[in-house]
Formats: sequence, C-alpha cells, structure tokens
Amino acid sequence: MTPELVVTLIVFAPLLGALTAGLFGRLIGHRAAQTVTTSLLLLSAALSWLTFRQVFSGAWPHAFTLALAPFIHVGAFASDWSIRIDSLSAVMLVVVTTVSALVHIYSWGYMRTDPHRARFFAYLSLFTFAMLALVTAADFMQLFFGWEGVGLASYLLIGFWYEKPTANAAAIKAFVVNRVGDAGFALGIMTVFWAFGSIRFADIFPQIASHAHLAWRFGSGEFRLMDLACVLLFIGAMGKSAQFLLHTWLPDAMEGPTPVSALIHAATMVTAGVYMVCLLSPMFEAAPLAKALVTVVGAITCLFAATIGLAQNDIKRVIAYSTCSQLGYMFFAAGVGAYPAAMFHLFTHAFFKALLFLGAGSVIEAMHHEQDMRRMGGLWNKTPITYVVMLLGTLAITGVGIPGLDLGLAGFYSKDAIINSAFVASHGQPTAMFAFICGVLAAGLTSFYSWRLIFMTFHGRAKWGAPDHAHDHSHDPAQDDGHGHGHGLAPHESPWVMVGPLLVLAAGAVFAGGLFDDAFIGEGRAAFWGKALSATTSAGLLDQISHVPEWVVLSPLAVSLIGFAAAWYYYIAHEGLAARIASRKGLVWAFLYNKWYFDELYDAVFVRGAKALGDLFWKGGDKRLIDGFGPDGVSQTSYLVGRGVSRLQTGYVYHYAFVMLLGVAGLVSYALWAFR
Amino acid sequence: MSGILSLTTYLPLAGVAAILIARGLTRDEAEAARSARWIALLATLATLALSVLIVAQFRPSVSGFQFSETLAWFGGLNYRMGVDGISVLFVLLTAFLMPLCVIGSWRSVTTRVVEYMIAFLVLETLVIGVFCALDLLVFYLFFEGQLVPMFLIIGIWGGKNRVYAAFKFFLYTLLGSVLMLAAILAMISIAHTSSIPDLLTYHFAPGVQMWLWLAFFASFAVKLPMWPVHTWLPDAHVEAPTAGSVILAGILLKMGGYGFMRFSLPMFPDASHAFAPLVFALSVIAIVYTSLVAFRQDDMKKLIAYSSVAHMGFVTLGIFSGTLQGEQGALFQMLSHGVISGALFLCVGVVYDRMHTREIAFYGGLVSRMPIYAAVFMLFTMGNVGLPGTSGFVGEILTLTGTYGAATWPAIIAVTGVILSAVYALTLYRRVVFGQMANPALATITDLAGIEMLVFAPLIIGTLALGFHPAYVFNITDGAAAHLADAFRVAAQR
Repeated sequence: MTPELVVTLIVFAPLLGALTAGLFGRLIGHRAAQTVTTSLLLLSAALSWLTFRQVFSGAWPHAFTLALAPFIHVGAFASDWSIRIDSLSAVMLVVVTTVSALVHIYSWGYMRTDPHRARFFAYLSLFTFAMLALVTAADFMQLFFGWEGVGLASYLLIGFWYEKPTANAAAIKAFVVNRVGDAGFALGIMTVFWAFGSIRFADIFPQIASHAHLAWRFGSGEFRLMDLACVLLFIGAMGKSAQFLLHTWLPDAMEGPTPVSALIHAATMVTAGVYMVCLLSPMFEAAPLAKALVTVVGAITCLFAATIGLAQNDIKRVIAYSTCSQLGYMFFAAGVGAYPAAMFHLFTHAFFKALLFLGAGSVIEAMHHEQDMRRMGGLWNKTPITYVVMLLGTLAITGVGIPGLDLGLAGFYSKDAIINSAFVASHGQPTAMFAFICGVLAAGLTSFYSWRLIFMTFHGRAKWGAPDHAHDHSHDPAQDDGHGHGHGLAPHESPWVMVGPLLVLAAGAVFAGGLFDDAFIGEGRAAFWGKALSATTSAGLLDQISHVPEWVVLSPLAVSLIGFAAAWYYYIAHEGLAARIASRKGLVWAFLYNKWYFDELYDAVFVRGAKALGDLFWKGGDKRLIDGFGPDGVSQTSYLVGRGVSRLQTGYVYHYAFVMLLGVAGLVSYALWAFR
Repeated sequence: MSGILSLTTYLPLAGVAAILIARGLTRDEAEAARSARWIALLATLATLALSVLIVAQFRPSVSGFQFSETLAWFGGLNYRMGVDGISVLFVLLTAFLMPLCVIGSWRSVTTRVVEYMIAFLVLETLVIGVFCALDLLVFYLFFEGQLVPMFLIIGIWGGKNRVYAAFKFFLYTLLGSVLMLAAILAMISIAHTSSIPDLLTYHFAPGVQMWLWLAFFASFAVKLPMWPVHTWLPDAHVEAPTAGSVILAGILLKMGGYGFMRFSLPMFPDASHAFAPLVFALSVIAIVYTSLVAFRQDDMKKLIAYSSVAHMGFVTLGIFSGTLQGEQGALFQMLSHGVISGALFLCVGVVYDRMHTREIAFYGGLVSRMPIYAAVFMLFTMGNVGLPGTSGFVGEILTLTGTYGAATWPAIIAVTGVILSAVYALTLYRRVVFGQMANPALATITDLAGIEMLVFAPLIIGTLALGFHPAYVFNITDGAAAHLADAFRVAAQR
C-alpha cells in the first residue's frame, strides 16, 4: 500500500464506522454497529503503528502532506482538506487510534446493557475521526475544524445519558467553556492571517524570523505580533486542555460514560492544547511573552488541580483533577521550550491515565455504579486484576523508578524530564523556577491523592454490602448515573472484554517510558523529531537534564515518598481520620472540597450576569425604550390603535398599499418630468 | 438566454393564473385546495429548475451583469433585468426555499389554501424581481411590493397578535421606504438615469453620498434588521405561519444585506467608508445584545428570531469591513443563514403542528419519541452555533477575519457572539429535546413524517455541502466580491 492510501484509511476508517453506526445503527442492530466501528478502529490503529514505524525507519518520507480537496479559499485565506504526516502527527496517530481502539473494545463490556449503544459507538468513532483531522491538519482551518469537531463529540458523549439533568448541564458547560477558548483561538488565527498573509503552516513557519519584530496596532495599544498571536492561540489551548481559569468543565465532564472519560477527557482530546503548542513551537519560540504565560499557567494548573484532587471523593473526579494537573506539567514543559518532553509526557500519560480511568470504570462496574470512594474499600481481592493494573497505573503516574539505574515506569521518565527541564531553564528565567517549584510540590500531592485513591478503593475496611450500608444519600446526585444502587450483590471482577484493554494499557504504563525514552528526549531525538518540533531551546535544555544536581533528581522522588507516607498514615494506619477531618469542615478542607469556589464565582459573575443583562436588554431595552418610544409610542398618539382585528385585512394592508402606490405615482411622475 | 430572468421572475405568476382557473372550474373547496397545492408546487419547482439553469450558465469570470434584458417602457423609462455574482445566488436561494415552503404548508395550512398559495407565488415573483432588477424604479416596485403578500400571509394565516405585529412591521418599513424613495428621486435628478449599471459607474460627490447613504441605510437597516430597528422581527416571526417565517428569515432579511452590496457600497463608497464605524458599532451591539436577549426567551420562534438579528450583525460587519474576506463572508453568511434559519423555523413548525404551542417550557425529552427529529434539529442547531463542517461556520469566520483586518476591536467584541450563540442555541435544544419527558401531553407525539423528511433533506444537504465545500459559492461570487472590496479600498485611500 502506498503511504497516501494508508494515511487516508487511518483518517477515514473511523468516519466510515461513525456514519454506518450513526445512520444505520437501528437498521443493522447493536452488535453489527459495534463490530463495524471496532474493526475499522482496529484497522486504523494497526495502520497508525505501521505509519509510525515507516516514518521513523526512513522507509517513508519523514514528512509529507497529502492534499485531498479544497476547503475555504478566499484570496490568501486558503485552506485545504489534507493529511499532514510528520513525527509529531505520527505520534498522535498512534496515541489516538490505540487508545480509541482499546476503548471501543472495553465499551463492548461497559455499555453492554445500554439501549443506545449503537449511537454510543457512532459518537466514539466520530470523535476519533475529528481528532485525527485535528492532528493531521496542514493549516489553521482544518485544525480548527478538528478542534471544534472533537468538542462536538465531547458534548454529545458527556450528555449521552440525556435524561440526566446533570449530564445535560455538564455537556453544555463543556461546550461553552471550550467556546470561550475557541474564540481566543479564532482571534489568534485572524492575527496570524493578517500578519503572514496565509493560514498554512508550511507558508507561515519559514516567515517567522522576518516577522518576529512586527507589531499589531489596535485601539490605543501596540502589541508584538508573535506574542499577540501566540497568547490568543494559547487561550484556545487553555480551553481544550482545561487549564487554570478554563478548567471548570473537565470535572463535570465526568458525567459521561467512563470509557468516554478515558478516551476524550484523559488520553486524547484534552491533550490537543499541548499538541497545538508543540505543533506551533516555531511560533512560540519567537514569542517570549506567550511562552512565559504558557509556563505560568501550566505551573499554576499542575499545582492547583492537584490540591483539589486531595479532597474529592468521587473516584472519577479525582482522576479528572489529576488529568488537569498532568496537563499543566505538559504545558510548562512546552512553555520553557522542552517540547519533546511535553510530547513524551503526553504519550506516556495517555497510557497510564486511560488505564486509571478504565480501571476506575471496572471498579464502578464492580460496585454496581457506585462512584463514591467512601463507600468502597477492601476491593483488592474481589477485583484482583483491576487492582493490579490500577496499582501499576498509580506507580506510573507517581513516577516511580530508580534514578541511579535509570529504570522505572512510564511517568518516571517523562515527568522527571519535565521537572528537570524546568530546573535547567530556570537560570535567569523566574517563570521556569516557579514552574519547577510547582512541579515538585505537585509531584508530592499527586502521590498523595493517587495512593489515597488506591487505599480508599482497594484497601481498608469494606464499606459496601455490610449491614451498615444504609448510606446517606446526601452526596451529589450527579454521581448516580440513573442505574440505581444494587448493593445486594457482591463486587465482581469485570468481564474479559474489559480486562483485556486494561492489560494492554498496563503494559504501556510500565514500558512506554523506558522503550521510547531515547527516541523522544534522549540521543535519538534529533532523528526522531526531525523538523517537527522547534529545537531552538529544547536542544540545550535536554542536553543538560542529565547533568542537573543530585537534589533536583531526588526531590520528586522524595516528595512522592512523603505523599505516599501521608496517604498511608491517613487512610491505612488511621483509617477514619481523614473522614473525621472532613466532617469538621475546616476552612482549608472546604476550600479544596469546593474546588476553590470557581463554579460559584463563575455562576455569580457570568451565568447570572448574562441572564440579568439579557433581561435588561429585552425588557428594558427592546420593550420599554425601543418599542416604547418607537412603534408603541407612535401608536398611542395615533388613531390607528384600538382598531379591531377584523380591520387588519382591510385596514393596514390597504393603507400600506395606498401609501406605496402614492410613492410609486410620485416617483413615476417625477421620473417622467426628469426625462422629458 | 436573453429573457430567462423575466421568465423565471414571472413564472410563479403563471402559476397564480393556473390556480385561479382551477378554482373557477370547481365548486368543491377541497378539490380547489388540492389543485392549488399541486400547481404551486409545480410552479415553484419549474422556477427552481430555471434558476438552476441560470446558475449553471452563469460565467463567474465575466465581470458586470449577465442575462441582461432591456425594454423601453414608457416616458424614457427602461425595464432592465440582469444578475451578477452578488445577486445570482439569491435568485437560486429564493427558488430553492419556495418549493420547501409549499411542501411544508401542505398539511399544516388548511384554511384559504388557494389564497395562501397565491400569496406565496406572488411573493416569489416579487422577491426574484428584487434580485434581478437593474433599474431603480423596477427595483423599488419589487422591493416595496413584496411587503403586501407578506402582510397578507402574517395577517390572515398568522397567530393571535397579528395586528400588533403587522402594525409594527408597517411603521418601521414605512419610515425606511419613504427615505429610500426620496434618495432614489435625488439620484435620478442628479445622475439623470435610473439604470443601476450606469449608476454603478457614476461618481456622486462625497457630500451628496452621505445623504443618499443615510437614506438607503434607513431602509436596509430596517429590513436586515439592525439594532435598534429590529424589534419588529421577533413579533413578525412569532405571528407568521411557519412557511412565512422561513421566507422572512431566509430571504426577506437578505434584501437588506443585498441592498448594502448593490447600492450603498459600490455607489456611495466614500460614505460607506466614512460611516463604517457607525455600522460596526451597531453590528457589535446587535450581536451581543440580541444574543443575550435570545438567551432569555421562552418562545422558540422569538429565540430564533433574535438569533437571526445577531447573525445579520456578522453580515453588516463583513460588508463594511471592505475586505475580500468580509464581502465573501457576508454573502456566504446570508446564503447559509437562509438555509439554516429556514430549517430552524421548520423545526419549530414540526412540533408546533403537533402541539400548537411554541412555548419552550411545554416541551422536553422529545428525543425519546422523536429520535430522527432530534438528529435533524441537532444538525441545524450546530449550524446556528457555527460549528465547522456546517455552512454557518464559513460565513462567521470569514466575516470576522475580514473585520479583524479592518478594525480589530469590533472583531474582538463580535467574537463573543460565537460564545453566546452556543449558550442560547444549546440551551434551547436541551430544554426541548433532552431531559425526561415530563409533560404527559407529549406522550403520543410522533417523529418526522415522510413529507417532513422530504422538506428537511435538501436543507441538510445544503448545510453540509456548503460547510465542507464552500467553493460552490465562492467560485460564483469571487469576482463580484473582489470588485466591491476594491471599490472600498479606493475610497479608503482617498
């Protein structure tokens, strides 16, 4: 097969599956819809690995673009439907299709009783198509198409259980918050267009050096063009990747079915922002202010989200905040210029975070749709495989490894590379130092909340099934997913169709770091990335990360051990201590448990603000002012008012026609006079 | 091909004659209604066929007007017709929506069917005439004339408050047309011609341009409508029957934007440039203000009507940005909005026909009984939101891009409309379609019937085809849009 055919199949196989299941799902039935979508996704995944191998072995060109059809062509604003393959997109193809294929398989089990599963698989495949369109875009318009396309799929899947009010609210929230980011993204694209006279990456990148000093004036301000463009584009990335201030939608997105959380809200879609910054790394390299912003926002997010994760009780929300926090790591890596490290963490994170989510799904399934960790405990011997893979996922995310031997699980390689890069960059760069400190602290918190999750779920006293199970229903009803509580049954291990994908992901969580370390960030990186990532800053950074002081290397490990010990102390050694602390509802606890009160703040300012303004404009503006002084005011002083309905057909129309005829008569007379 | 424009324009009138003859041949009301429906369908389909032929024969590379016709009328006046890249697709849009209106009214309109079909056919003639007319007098006749059938449609087949709605419509439009009439008289007396092609090459003194521009602006701003002369639109929509709303939103509003592109921009370029900040201000106010108002509506049609005003704000931004992207985007946005808003009003019509209420709170959970309807409504909701892949996106991104290049602040404010459209459109969808079906009255509601799918199918295809392959439009409009942008640039440099 030619490279062109292979990459075309990769992108369009999921679309074919989505259309088949979506349009003909009722006709062909659930099983056929699932079979078609899943096999096409497996095909896409297999071909993605082939592409990955061929691109890096040199069998195929290291970078090529296949133009398929024109999209928008208006003057220089020219975009084509195309498939752009280079190292960066090849990595993303592998991540997206692999996780997606595994999630498709897993969903055979997880969604097996859902009456709408054909639609579910259609949405999953549609998402995959949009994500592939995003990562293979050769210009900003297709990038934006994929960007909003994954947003649509995310909206549809969060609200999949459409009878749940909380799911609907979460779906809209996700779409709208993403739109805020997308508005910035769109403005960024416009800036780029007017600056470079093109929206194609291949046209823009070579011009950056000559445009770096240009300014854009508007209002009374004057902005460095590259900084303005990159800051605006980064706002888009903040929305999609749930960064600080635009993060509020991601935890709510957990209303969607768990496989969705694993695929979209952990492994792939939310990493699109990181991908975008890396893709545009040549532009960000020329935008120091934007880079500093990326660093600071990423650093704040990684620490801030981790603090919230400490106090949550819903198993999925803990992992969601963890995702948010890990994305922060990726961003500050990109912000300091270590793009390969950001991409490496994106790659390893996809495996262990998808693993943690699907593992959580397995737990939820075992617990008959209970998501509150306070009602779990002691599950390790009921669901032994899930327990082991979750343990591996936790070891991977906490970055466990032996620094001396350079041997560890996936997160050990990628997260430490990020923290070390920030340290190296911090010489003369206060933002990088800030990021380094946040990163180390967050590593400790990550360890605490991750082990807390393991301990609360799998260890300690079983809090289910026992006579004392008459639990209060005071918890957020959002966490029920409408399937009720069937706690009469004992927890059970999930079927093989769910366990299988867990095992594959577990292998990824263990080995993905060690296997690809050299290629992504080590000696092989120049050959691996080629020209896909800017090497201006990263070359120097990554050369030095193996020469950082010993205390820098050991500090993440040390704080992780502290985090582990603290979790053990609170949840194993003194089980119940944490619950007692929570029940006192102290200020710090309440602040964290209520997620820093962002939802309340946004609700008060934006939601109520919009409603109040809407009412003001409607009732005060339209009705009172405009209509009051306009037509209604005129009518009050006019005899026209008060005429009966019956007069309408005879009255007004004829009046109007009469006036019009007068006008025409006048016009004709005048014209006759003028042309005489 | 000479004469094809007049043939297309007056073909619906032949349908009217046929309906009247058929009416005379029978005394049976039901029989007369049936023949009126079929004749109207055939006449509108034949008009559509002719319009397709016109677009197919249209040569985008030729600048100026095509299919021109000139007939000496009387007293030195001429009857002139012709189309260019700006107008030709509006003829097609009109002819495309009309058969859908006829089919859409097939079952829902049961009173005075003969008169109803006649009103629509007359309206079609007048609207196509507006887009083809190349003489000020002819244009004025068509432009004002179409208000009569529209009045009748709202007034006779409309809802409870039709008097108030029609009255508002009357006052606003009267104001606009009186001023436009005065401007037309002035133009003829200054340039000694009423020929639009001649006037396009005539250069009015900048001082005169200002007054003429303002007078035309009054008329087109009401028609489009722009803030603050938009308040007639929600009332007119709410009272109009479904097909009336489709035509109102789909075509009649576009005559305002068309007027700006046909008259204001090319004939008064200096004034257009000078007044651009005013237009930008009114446009961004319209976008933010009406989007917020739309969010608070509890009547489906009012919500969509307010969203139309916001979407037209993008059109005026694009036109007066004077950039190629702005002009192309404005044209595209008008065509796209014609399809999408028409479809949205039809979506409201579907549930209105079944439940006889447009109150949002009445509905909820429709997806469980109407999955196909839910999918169709979702597609057009996304089109309204401007999701890439639908035609709604292309117009928005181009008008915003064009505006950003001309005036950055208005573009930045207008972008908030992209956020707000998601808020009101998705909230509407959620309240009507998602959730649990709480209202027992809905328990027997039925999904789309075959005839309804027949109406939606072309609209779905149009929305997606233009969304993925907008070149269908750009290939035709490119030359004319570039011409407008050039004229504006020359004026800006003066």
